[in-house]
Amino acid sequence: MKDILKHINKVFDHRVRLGIMSALMVNETLDFNTLKELLGVTDGNLASHIKGLEKVKYIKVEKQFIGKKPNTTYSVSTLGMLEFKKHINALEKLINNN
Amino acid sequence: MKNKDYLKDIIEIKSIMNKSSRFISLSGLSGILAGIYALIGAFAANYLLTNYQVANSPVGLIPISYLEYFLLGIALLVLTLSVITAFIFSSKKAKKSGENLWDATSKRLLINFAIPLFTGGAFCIILYQYGLIGLIAPATLIFYGLACVNASKYTLGDIRYLGFLNIVIGLVSTQFIGYGLYFWAFGFGILHIIYGIVLYNKYDKI
Repeated sequence: MKDILKHINKVFDHRVRLGIMSALMVNETLDFNTLKELLGVTDGNLASHIKGLEKVKYIKVEKQFIGKKPNTTYSVSTLGMLEFKKHINALEKLINNN
Repeated sequence: MKNKDYLKDIIEIKSIMNKSSRFISLSGLSGILAGIYALIGAFAANYLLTNYQVANSPVGLIPISYLEYFLLGIALLVLTLSVITAFIFSSKKAKKSGENLWDATSKRLLINFAIPLFTGGAFCIILYQYGLIGLIAPATLIFYGLACVNASKYTLGDIRYLGFLNIVIGLVSTQFIGYGLYFWAFGFGILHIIYGIVLYNKYDKI
């Protein structure tokens, strides 16, 4: 049991961060507004959680210009992918154990 | 965190993965209607073809070159009506569930559906160019099936089996040249109606 709990990642212990990761796992890249609509959160809320994930290097941020408009896209990093998979495996094990 | 919360997490993850990568507002009802259009189109084409050789029939007065245009016109009309219907019903469904009709998922769906479909269209024109008319109906079924299989990753997964069935019917029909219209009516007509009903019962009702 303790072994499994070790793999439960505190970073993902929040609905918005879990949502961001889930969406990025199945999409190559997503931009800010798409994520915002998808998760139904405010700008500030989303930005702070993105920053949190960026800090631990689970997601990559890419800033570019479409014409003159700045456009920021997000994608999951290799580390983020690994950690997320571990987290999901741990969740499933916990559910199956009980 | 309790066990119930872990389960909730998993459900949430699955739901977001689906919502962010698949266009789920595809309407079952529009599938049924598309099938009905296809059947009417097939009946009309069949009427033209069988009455063409009958003396004194008004259809017999149409010059042969025009007959081909008539048949092509019927096919294009069926296609256009089906696309418009799908658009209207899906936009209604999207609005009801508070989703955007035109977003990343629907764009991706259209692009991935269009690639095999346009390849097939071009290929059919080439078949026509070489006078291989009998292979056109099978080719439309095969390429439409491929388009469905390809698109199924980006919308309701059930479309995948509709695609497989159409590919099989298309391949089988290559061995029964001259009966293309019947296979066509089955693949585009009957199967669409059956699939429309299945999708409608599964996703639209609620």
